[in-house]
Amino acid sequence: MADTRDIELKVNGESHAASVETRTSLGDFLRHGLGLTGTHMGCEHGVCGACTVMVDGEAVRSCLMLAVQANGHEVTTVEGLADDDGTLHPLQEAFWKHHGLQCGFCTPGMLTSLAAFLRDNPDPSEREVREAISGNICRCTGYQGIVDAALDAAKTMQGN
Amino acid sequence: MKPAPFTYHDPSTPEEAVALLAQHEDAKLLAGGQSLMPMLNMRFVVPDHVIDLNNVAGLSGVTDTGEALQIGAMTRQRDLMRDDAVRARTPIIPEALENVGHFQTRNRGTIGGSLCHLDPAAELPCLMAVYDAMLTAHGPDGAREIPFAEWPLAYMIPTLGPDELLTTIRVPYWGAGHGYGFVEFARRHGDFAIIAVAALLEVENGTIRRAAISIGGADVRPIRLTEAETALVGAAANTETFKAAAEIARGIDAMSDAYVTSAYRQRLAATLTERALVKAGERANGSA
Amino acid sequence: MVVRYLGAEVQRMEDPRLLTGHGRYVDDMTMDGMLHAAFLRASQAHAKIRSIDTSRAADLPGVHRVFTHADLGEKYSHRMNQLYPAPVIEQNKTQYPLAKDEVCYVGEAVAVVVADSRAIAEDALALIDVDYETLPAVVNIMTALEDGAPLAHADTTSNLVGKMRSAFGDIDDAFAKADHVFSAGFMQHRGGCHSMETRGVIARDDPWGDGLSLWTSAQSPYLIRRALATWLDEPEERVRVVAPDVGGGFGPKAGFYPEEIVISLAARFMKRPVKWIEDRREHFMSTTTQRDQHWDLEVACTNEGKILGLRGTITHENGAYIPYGILLPNSSLTPLPGAYSIPAIDVGVNIVFTNTVPNSPVRGAGRPCGIYAVERMIQTVSRNLGIDPATVRRRNYVRPDQMPYETGATLRGGAKCIYDSGDYEALLDKVLELSDYSSFKDRQAAARKEGRFLGIGISSCIEDTGMGPYEGTTVRVESSGKVAVRTGAASQGQGHHTMIAMIVAENLGVAPEDILFESADTSKFPHGVGTIGSRVAANVGPSSFDAAKKVREKALKLAAEILEASEADLDIEDGVVRVNGAPDLSITLGELAIKLSPASALRVPAGFDPLLEATSYDGSSGSPIACGSNVAEVEVDPGTGEVRVLRYSVAHDCGVMINPMIVHGQIVGGVVHGIGNALFERMIYDDQGQPLTTNYGEYLLPLASEMPRIDVTHMETPSPLNSLGVKGAGEGGTIPAAAAIVAAIENALEEYGVEIDYYPVDPQYLTGLIDKGTVQAAE
Repeated sequence: MADTRDIELKVNGESHAASVETRTSLGDFLRHGLGLTGTHMGCEHGVCGACTVMVDGEAVRSCLMLAVQANGHEVTTVEGLADDDGTLHPLQEAFWKHHGLQCGFCTPGMLTSLAAFLRDNPDPSEREVREAISGNICRCTGYQGIVDAALDAAKTMQGN
Repeated sequence: MKPAPFTYHDPSTPEEAVALLAQHEDAKLLAGGQSLMPMLNMRFVVPDHVIDLNNVAGLSGVTDTGEALQIGAMTRQRDLMRDDAVRARTPIIPEALENVGHFQTRNRGTIGGSLCHLDPAAELPCLMAVYDAMLTAHGPDGAREIPFAEWPLAYMIPTLGPDELLTTIRVPYWGAGHGYGFVEFARRHGDFAIIAVAALLEVENGTIRRAAISIGGADVRPIRLTEAETALVGAAANTETFKAAAEIARGIDAMSDAYVTSAYRQRLAATLTERALVKAGERANGSA
Repeated sequence: MVVRYLGAEVQRMEDPRLLTGHGRYVDDMTMDGMLHAAFLRASQAHAKIRSIDTSRAADLPGVHRVFTHADLGEKYSHRMNQLYPAPVIEQNKTQYPLAKDEVCYVGEAVAVVVADSRAIAEDALALIDVDYETLPAVVNIMTALEDGAPLAHADTTSNLVGKMRSAFGDIDDAFAKADHVFSAGFMQHRGGCHSMETRGVIARDDPWGDGLSLWTSAQSPYLIRRALATWLDEPEERVRVVAPDVGGGFGPKAGFYPEEIVISLAARFMKRPVKWIEDRREHFMSTTTQRDQHWDLEVACTNEGKILGLRGTITHENGAYIPYGILLPNSSLTPLPGAYSIPAIDVGVNIVFTNTVPNSPVRGAGRPCGIYAVERMIQTVSRNLGIDPATVRRRNYVRPDQMPYETGATLRGGAKCIYDSGDYEALLDKVLELSDYSSFKDRQAAARKEGRFLGIGISSCIEDTGMGPYEGTTVRVESSGKVAVRTGAASQGQGHHTMIAMIVAENLGVAPEDILFESADTSKFPHGVGTIGSRVAANVGPSSFDAAKKVREKALKLAAEILEASEADLDIEDGVVRVNGAPDLSITLGELAIKLSPASALRVPAGFDPLLEATSYDGSSGSPIACGSNVAEVEVDPGTGEVRVLRYSVAHDCGVMINPMIVHGQIVGGVVHGIGNALFERMIYDDQGQPLTTNYGEYLLPLASEMPRIDVTHMETPSPLNSLGVKGAGEGGTIPAAAAIVAAIENALEEYGVEIDYYPVDPQYLTGLIDKGTVQAAE
């Protein structure tokens, strides 16, 4: 018999109740349990960062957390970054403007990581941005567009 | 890459956790999960039971006792870095933690998890070695204290009974104004170090009064460079002294693996010991 | 008035979807009744399979079926097809979709479990018992052809796949009359794919409906359709292959894999959709990679450093099977002589089997290796003759007045390699200026006084791009006025939607937002070739341009009749045809489309074919040759052997740029891939053929924290070979990078006399060279 637990959690502001097999990662649960496929599983061993989401506002690897551990917590995924009316998050706007994505697979993890990072470091240097995303691998862009986007978004967010 | 099936437990007290450990033969403790979860996903470990410590009360937080830091084993690496007492009294800890994984993994990763996982190249064991930290473990028969020097038993195995739980870590303070330097060489930011060196110095009027150096990554456990420490005490805090200590580091026993030879580890140990000492010397009050 | 999009930095149409988590990658898709597969893979590099017992696995609750080679049945018991047959292949070894009685690399698929979930399928893998008889494995390419070397396949007598050669000019004469002959030997190691999305397949078989459908994370859906149909012995029409959003490709996703067959058969046998998503460990073991190539070269030159000839031998690691023909060794040879006019070349390749995962092109394919080799010889000449490396290059470049320049080499497909256009020396000047090359010696000296070791390195390259035959486009205005644009070309992040929308919008007279773009679905467009070799812009660019123009002509002709105006007086803007000077006289493209697709009993206007639609297969009439010059500035820490890239400058010419922002992204991303090759990425096998780097802690991909800012400048020399003047840009960043980095490291460590004969240059290796240099200096 599979070991299962009933959990309740908030994802992008919406409450969910579900029964999960305890060995299921938070990432797999978000993707296949809730259909929030914006969170991507790139390596499932905690290095590539594609699966990064925010749990109670802090960026974490959703492949290194069990879904059952999110019981009672609030999760924000890439789907929750834009406003309800569709207005993009300043980071999303900046990624678009600075060509901060190509294939788009690492992008959700980049965005959730940087959203948390910029909240705690509103005026970072280029070096700080590069270190902040050193736990997110991008094979396409060479990172430059991402770094430019993050620096630009930081300016925008400070202006607001 | 999905974990094999296991039974999940989430105790709410240390006693419950210890009781679960005693009750279940093949159980793994899940702390921050930043090392265990990859191993579960890859099925390198396939425990029957996983005991999650994240809902256990009283296992996290930092207390400043005036003489030491009293750190709960489930304290997140992020919280250690942000803690005022840690920053003021043991500034080498946040300096070293900058190198531990990435901010996303530090948000979950715990000090106790790292010490129990005991990767030879990990930063936290190296720090505990340089501080001669005292660890407290709880078992069915109560608590016992374990000096860090006795903590590593073998490669990635701490001296912890199958029914014991690491609960607190005590890090004794060095004198106000002590110098410190943590230097490591990793291929990329956030990687496990090939070699890491932690150095602490107390310097009075240009003379070294107290010294501690630990080297991570060279052997299966962090090495204390006691010969160099002895030589440093009483010596002038200058480049020649530090270079001489670095030469001692070159002579350490070091392991070879598929990626790096022992000779390269020894070479790095020398380079980084000198750099860590220079840094510590520059930071120490009263240095010449 | 024509709204200009070409040449503008248009923000990508793809992005809003991808930025908000609404991409559609294979693993994002689900289907009613879908089951999940996991593969059991060979744990040994070379072994006979004595027996396989799947009974315990099959009995596990939640498991539906377990298949081995035998379970696929007689009809499906043959080896995979050769995608690119070539006469030089002496041993045409392809693999069985599931190993029959021998495994030849760790990771080769042996069995597949189909279950309710991936987790259960993985549980069952542990219950399959395979009895192996271990055989000796061959791993080292340098000894693989020696007598007595272990054989990669039990039924062969040699590890030689075949030999090939690129030879032109009078090589003996070149060496006879040379003032100097220098030699160099070096190993080149290129790593794997490591797209952030692994491979993945969903198959559904509906014999009474759509036939067999495959959604796969791939670069070449049409190649997979043909290969799969051929292998199954079924008509291509009954096989549909779709590449949805693909999270990076970089070469290894351009092939045809065992899993695509096995998952298709599983879906067929079980009459349910089946999904397989490669996990990252499988990616390390079973997705094709590039790996080792050893070069031994001799260069003949004059006292002034003018190169007269180049000769030598390459040993090329093929891996255990040849799924991909000889594309890699071939593309290593064709870039010789690089950006230089070298009259005589004679270089041969020995292609050898090893018991490692089969190889395939990775970004640039063999071109980075070929260019690296030429650039190493330029450095060798420069060092031995004491002539500045920039000067040696100037003395050897193919000059603009020599264009079109026939090198003597042959491209794949047999065409002569002809450099169509470009000014290589001007590009060098641009990059030297961009990198402050002239003041570098001062920077270097100042740093040296502080105990720091700076170095600079140059690399120039050419790149044959845009290979044929075509990549077609259909443009059709529909009744709403929206424009459906379809092509076969698959995208893995290159922004094809945006590029094609820009071309069609400008040339048809609509807004890019009104274009409905679909690609890489074999049911939507008759045929396509594949996204490889920097070929899409130079092929789909011209075809979309041509199709849009044809639709425009048809629309204007019909509108002229309806509006009773001369075609010359009409213009199309934002989807509306207007008469110049009479703004009230207009008709929309949507209305014209309805006229050409009328309801029953109405008639298509006389003299017109139905539909406001055109299809074009216009492409490039040859391979446009892109070119670039790069300068790397590095700092080496002799204490640790660490190399930090401080600065990286690129001058690149890919002809006319359609969207400079996208080109810039391709170049920068490509450079970082090249820096990864030069410094970080190493796929290590032990001498038993066990892969030792199977996670991202062990296999080092470049991270943001170690990468420099990359400055890029462009020249735009139009290619005469296509209607837009474009050349490919996808690999031009990668191709020259390793040579620039390695030259810079040697320059930094000149006082140690360091000569690098291996990349990736890891710090341990470099400290070894430094220590050797220190000892020699002391003696």
